Amino acid sequence: MSTSNNGWETVIGLEIHAQLSTNSKIFSGSATAYGAAPNSQANLVDLAYPGVLPVLNGEAVRMAVKFGLAIGAEIAPRSVFARKNYFYPDLPKGYQISQYELPIVAKGRMEIVLDDGSRKTIGITRAHLEEDAGKSLHEGLPRQSGIDLNRAGTPLIEIVSEPDMRSAKEAVAYLKKIHTLVRYLEICDGNMQEGSFRCDANVSVRKFGAEKFGTRAEIKNINSFRFVEKAINYEVERQIDVIEGGGKVVQETRLYDPDKGETRSMRSKEEANDYRYFPDPDLLPVEIDPAYIGEIKATLPELPDEKAARFVLAYDLSQYDATVLTSSKELGAYYDDVVKALAGEKLPSKEQAKLAANWVAGSLAAALNEHNLEITGSRIDAKRLAGLLGRIVDNTISGKIAKDVFEAMWAEDKSCDEIIEARGLRQITDTGAIEKAIDEVMAKNPGQLADYRSGKDKLFGFFVGQVMKATGGKANPAQLNELLKKKLAG
Amino acid sequence: MSLNRDQINSIAHLARLSLTDAEVPVYQDSLSKIVDLVGQLDAAQTAGIEPMAHPLPGLAQRLRPDTVTEKDQHELFQRNAPQVEAALYLVPKVIE
Amino acid sequence: MHTFTLAELAKKLRAKEFSVTELTRALLARVEASQPRLNAFITVTAESALAQAKAADRALADGKAGPLTGLPLAHKDIFCTSGVKTSCGSKMLDNFVSPYDATVVEKLNAAGMVTLGKTNMDEFAMGSSNETSWYGPVKNPWNPKLVPGGSSGGSAAAVAARVAPIATATDTGGSIRQPASLCGVTGIKPTYGRVSRFGMIAFASSLDQGGLISITAEDAAMVLGAMAGFDTRDSTSVDTPVPNYVAELDKPLTGLKIGLIKEFFDTGLDADVEKCIREALGVYEKLGATLVEVKLPALPLSVPTYYVVAPAECSSNLARFDGVRYGYRCQDPKDLMDLYKRSRGEGFGAEVKRRIMTGTYVLSAGYYDAYYLKAQRVRQLINQDFKRAFGEVDVLMGPTAPDVAFEIGAKSSDPIQMYLNDIYTIGANLAGVPAMSIPCGFVRDLPVGLQICGPHFAEAKLFNVAHAFQKETDWHRRLPADFAKEVLS
Ligand SMILES: [Mg+2]
Ligand SMILES: [Zn+2]
Repeated sequence: MSTSNNGWETVIGLEIHAQLSTNSKIFSGSATAYGAAPNSQANLVDLAYPGVLPVLNGEAVRMAVKFGLAIGAEIAPRSVFARKNYFYPDLPKGYQISQYELPIVAKGRMEIVLDDGSRKTIGITRAHLEEDAGKSLHEGLPRQSGIDLNRAGTPLIEIVSEPDMRSAKEAVAYLKKIHTLVRYLEICDGNMQEGSFRCDANVSVRKFGAEKFGTRAEIKNINSFRFVEKAINYEVERQIDVIEGGGKVVQETRLYDPDKGETRSMRSKEEANDYRYFPDPDLLPVEIDPAYIGEIKATLPELPDEKAARFVLAYDLSQYDATVLTSSKELGAYYDDVVKALAGEKLPSKEQAKLAANWVAGSLAAALNEHNLEITGSRIDAKRLAGLLGRIVDNTISGKIAKDVFEAMWAEDKSCDEIIEARGLRQITDTGAIEKAIDEVMAKNPGQLADYRSGKDKLFGFFVGQVMKATGGKANPAQLNELLKKKLAG
Repeated sequence: MSLNRDQINSIAHLARLSLTDAEVPVYQDSLSKIVDLVGQLDAAQTAGIEPMAHPLPGLAQRLRPDTVTEKDQHELFQRNAPQVEAALYLVPKVIE
Repeated sequence: MHTFTLAELAKKLRAKEFSVTELTRALLARVEASQPRLNAFITVTAESALAQAKAADRALADGKAGPLTGLPLAHKDIFCTSGVKTSCGSKMLDNFVSPYDATVVEKLNAAGMVTLGKTNMDEFAMGSSNETSWYGPVKNPWNPKLVPGGSSGGSAAAVAARVAPIATATDTGGSIRQPASLCGVTGIKPTYGRVSRFGMIAFASSLDQGGLISITAEDAAMVLGAMAGFDTRDSTSVDTPVPNYVAELDKPLTGLKIGLIKEFFDTGLDADVEKCIREALGVYEKLGATLVEVKLPALPLSVPTYYVVAPAECSSNLARFDGVRYGYRCQDPKDLMDLYKRSRGEGFGAEVKRRIMTGTYVLSAGYYDAYYLKAQRVRQLINQDFKRAFGEVDVLMGPTAPDVAFEIGAKSSDPIQMYLNDIYTIGANLAGVPAMSIPCGFVRDLPVGLQICGPHFAEAKLFNVAHAFQKETDWHRRLPADFAKEVLS
């Protein structure tokens, strides 16, 4: 699906920066924790003191290789760190240590599912290791900026896609999949507000059928999925307006302003765009042998696409349900646990799997959302939820009652059976009790009874409702039907 | 080969060096001579020769264990700083 | 006691002929007295030196002393020293007090050595005459009108004048060997990666190497053993055990094959210096060595190669000096650009700016392949030349510098002339091999240095070869008349 805007085609490539969840920085032993007091996590190396030298964090390398394997990429047997030279106050050395000609990961891919259910593969040109910069703070200082270098030296992988996306929607789908993947791999916490996962978008437009790409603008500072879509759409329209107005799109860096919903030129970053890359002489080539790759491969978890495919195959879920339930590794595991607890050793029936999917993606997701919790913080674990679903399956309670039980379970740490017993929610299957309720309803509604008996069959529903109400909804519906028919007939 | 004034000024800008008017011709002269000197490399036959980035070939980068070894010492480190406020290094306003 | 070598001082301190404190006081007095004549020091650390001396005396008394305990030294002001100004010879760092010790400093402190102070140097180690220092030129003890060589000119002058028996130094393109040659002292640049670069302010990272300037090869062998070694804080430090350099000093030289670098004798070499070198080689023949001529055809390209690689790396290494976190900051910057440009423009001297600009140019868009990549390929050719030569001979020998010391100011207006002083020394840095310079005679009353170069990690061999020469000759024991007296006036 390509967005068509008066015959204009959009071309998008994304550069994603994911902070790696290491304990220490990529080239120093400073902590990487978010939110620490200014400059309390910046040591001599991070501050670029004279004479200090970088030493590479092995965990950052391991995480990058993990990512590479997960996107089916080539892991470079030899990769090289290079210096990207430019002056900026948040860049203490006057260069960023990054990778240029020989990145650690190259030629990967990621499949996305489009709105119409079709699939599309987005090429990943490369993923390289580099260090993050510090932060410039402007608030509260009239003519100055304050520099906090706590973030300087935090490890990043920069994931560079091919210009394979043709709409903002595709870009968001791709971004979300990468976001899910890095969290599955436990290499990045994915927190976009804190900036641990952020992206720049290279956007251009061209007439449909044109072979050459249009001139692209790089949009920086996009820190939510919603903004990605908005920023790209704004930029596409801006570029089309420029061209249709007889102008030319210039290659530049633009900043997305979420308050104004627009992008604007960042000339300050533009003027010295000669980065003078060269291999960093303080670091040696990183060599990775097949044994090391094999070791990491063995530790890879089931990846989101694999898990979703298994859910479709083994549990008979729809692709949609499977995608929802695999949006995080923990959610997928939770769902797996519910199904297993429910079905025991046997393969679950289609109904059981569907029931579990509805509850996990429905009531449970809603409750988590309401309390701002992750699945790992759920007050009802998989076993307890499976217990509840088991009572629906064995007719102890109805689906409707189950909702109330669920709420009670959320509020207090009791099993569903305890709650059902304590609150007397078990379905009434005792014939005498149901008959007694029917008799009372009939006695209270002589008019309706007469009407029914004179041929108004439709009133049967009225009586069902009244008896249910009288029994607190607990009467077994099948028994109720049978007995009511008999009694009403007289 | 000789470098002109504009080239000197743009190199100085890229390197963030202010030059006085008197310095520009001096660097124009000496950098031109240096460029001539390094121009001698053109004559070398280097086809098929692997560039040498490091004097001890065959060594690979060592990997450090991922442990936090540093504690907060910003007060000590900021004693050398020209201007600090609330533990932040101050610079003239950064305009993005 | 100023004329004693480090090895002799070690014996005498243990024989209680004098105490470490007495020795330290005497040398501190010489340092002070020599300053107006030599300007060899930027900072004198008298107080901490005396504290270290006192601790050393106690260790000696308690029998807890190591082989280097109580021996005095000076550090080139390129090595970071905790709590002490570390200027690198620059206005940029005139106000900089390092919060940490370089690995080299840490190791020698731990060995119990006594630091007299920090020696003067060319600004950021860029120079061959010590004229680029923000603290003024160092003068050659043999003649104060002459340069001591550079960039470790302060260390070389201090040792030559016997105000310090040994000093640390660094060598990126000859900065240990050339001043050692011009001052008539012994200098060693170890194999790249042998001595940690952590805390040694970087000039050109792939070429820089810390070493020593001393009276004798034996002294350097003693101290290098404690100074060298693997350092986890330097990714380019090599994890190879440090041999006992002193143990191999006295091996006989019979059968030693010495290669004479043909290209070094071909052009630019002063005729008298050549004669002096050839006489020194004669001594080696008498000691049982054989001389063969070897060709290193790419070596004449070492100067242009160096003046691409070194400036390129320095332009990036010195980007951190931006007036933000430490060092010089210009007055009242009007904006960020002004802060950068004036802090750097005013804080760096002319030669540093020249090299930063050269490096910026050769790395900039469109020039990288023609200059930087080309230079790296030629560097490989030079490296191959050395490798081939060391397949044929044990060590290479030749002059350290094309001439003896020149007058202050003689070459400072022509950078190319200045750069050519390092024509014989740069090759070893490009190939990363160890090299020494030892005093081998005098020409026009000025010292001449013989350069000895070996394969990677052959420091023990170099010390052995140099020590054999120093047992046969006394050039290294000569000292300038002005500094002969114990108490300088
Ligand atoms: Mg990028
Ligand atoms: Zn990046």
